[in-house]
Amino acid sequence: MSDDIYREIILDHYRNPRNKGRLTNPDVSIHDSNPLCGDEIDIHLKVEEDKIKEIKFEGRGCAISQASVSMLTEMVLNKPLNLVKDLAKEDILENIGLTNLGPARIKCALLSLKVLKMAMIKYYTDRDPESGTKFENEPAVY
Amino acid sequence: MQKSALNAYEIRRDFPILGRKVGNNKTLVYLDNAATTQKPSSVINAIHDYYSNYNANIHRTVHQLGEEATIAYEQTREKVAKFINARFKEEIIFTRNATEAINLVSHTWGRQHIGGGDSIVISEMEHHSNIVPWQILKMEKNANLCYIGVDDEGCLRLDDYENFLETGNVRLIALSEMSNVLGTILPLNEIIRMAHRRGIPVLVDAAQSVPHMPVDVQRSDCDFLAFSAHKMLGPTGVGILYVKREILEGMQPFIGGGDMIKEVHKQGAIYNDLPYRFEGGTSNIAGVIGFGAALDYLNMIGMDRVRDHEIDITKYALAALTDFKNVKLYGPRDAIDRGGVISFNIADIHPHDLATIMNERGIAIRSGHHCAQVLMERLDVSATSRASFYIYNTKEEVDIFIDALDDARRIFRV
Repeated sequence: MSDDIYREIILDHYRNPRNKGRLTNPDVSIHDSNPLCGDEIDIHLKVEEDKIKEIKFEGRGCAISQASVSMLTEMVLNKPLNLVKDLAKEDILENIGLTNLGPARIKCALLSLKVLKMAMIKYYTDRDPESGTKFENEPAVY
Repeated sequence: MQKSALNAYEIRRDFPILGRKVGNNKTLVYLDNAATTQKPSSVINAIHDYYSNYNANIHRTVHQLGEEATIAYEQTREKVAKFINARFKEEIIFTRNATEAINLVSHTWGRQHIGGGDSIVISEMEHHSNIVPWQILKMEKNANLCYIGVDDEGCLRLDDYENFLETGNVRLIALSEMSNVLGTILPLNEIIRMAHRRGIPVLVDAAQSVPHMPVDVQRSDCDFLAFSAHKMLGPTGVGILYVKREILEGMQPFIGGGDMIKEVHKQGAIYNDLPYRFEGGTSNIAGVIGFGAALDYLNMIGMDRVRDHEIDITKYALAALTDFKNVKLYGPRDAIDRGGVISFNIADIHPHDLATIMNERGIAIRSGHHCAQVLMERLDVSATSRASFYIYNTKEEVDIFIDALDDARRIFRV
């Protein structure tokens, strides 16, 4: 099974991550980590007319967490920011092609989505503190 | 008479869990013993026997069940005292785990004796359980927390230690006798002698040492010693704190409540005698009784033989790993200087990915920061993989582990 998990595409994104780095003057930057693994991800966004104009990430951790965030940045670049709200964990797992991860490793795959959602919420609440209430009923990513 | 080496294959028969299959119908290879060990039937049966035949609360019971339970509970206290060669059984306090044992000291002795500007000295290779309690105390008292460095071999920098002692502000030394990541065993007798020459007490985090080697609190002359039952064949939920009686006598209580008092009146209470003063509320009676059976089991084998077996198997594993391509090993090179704990990394394979690959082959190893993030920073890694051995592990299992590492290298193409 591990041959299925660590397919070429996962190893490729792990070793050659896309959109890795920082942004000068990002509109929002946010960091989170997974206490189980110690995986860490920072996401930086530039937003124009409610579209994700630029996205960069920094991070370290296992192949699954880092490939997942690398692939997610490609998935959302140039997409409307509020679309992030509708992204479900299944979308992420399908995107990286890992739909039967166990309960421990699934958190590695979903940390990327958790941090991106945090970035979106921070972006909106920084601009309008009231808008935070819009996200109160957001289900937890995991 | 020279004792023969222990027979791990014979020992395995006493551990029901070692027969089970995991993952893809693979026989379990359990190499996560530094986290917790498996339990022999005698321990499981002792707990079962207590609940089946003499379950009752202890110490203040007149009826027969309570008497039997009290006797079994107190017998374990005597066994623990003997196991670490304490002078008095009153020096043995049961807690929930080693972490609570260390917190007991920081909350009682620590609050009484550490003041503003005083220093507590620990090291860079401590487990979080021997860091965070002192951080809390430090903030409460405006004290200093000083870290003895770790050299590239994974040994304590004794020159750092001497420099701290020279400052004259040090009120407590708190060190792990065996690192849970590097396996490093400290020259404890010398460290304690140096501290005592200046009148400074020493707390020993023995969570990794007591389960794996002979420990003698009178010989080392340590003042406090903490360890956990579940890391030495016993059940979870039982920790042990040893404190020298003359120190214990001056310590304020920790948890207030039943069993730790003699008399309670509206505005005050008279506290119970040692060690009951420090065991407020109903203890983990079944766990303590189960731990008694674990100590019997280890005594039957003999801690010298436990240590010899682990040196043997660690030497074997280190030799195989040293020849392995792209492997980075952490800690002392010689098995004599370390416990049966090996931390490593292979090329750019993250430890969690490695653990997943191992898991599919039935092998349980640990991966991550091992509750030692300060050490991870010192080693400049975010995580390591760790294999740790005990009395039931065999060289055959080490071979299976090494083969699986080869698989991981193939999958990751390194």
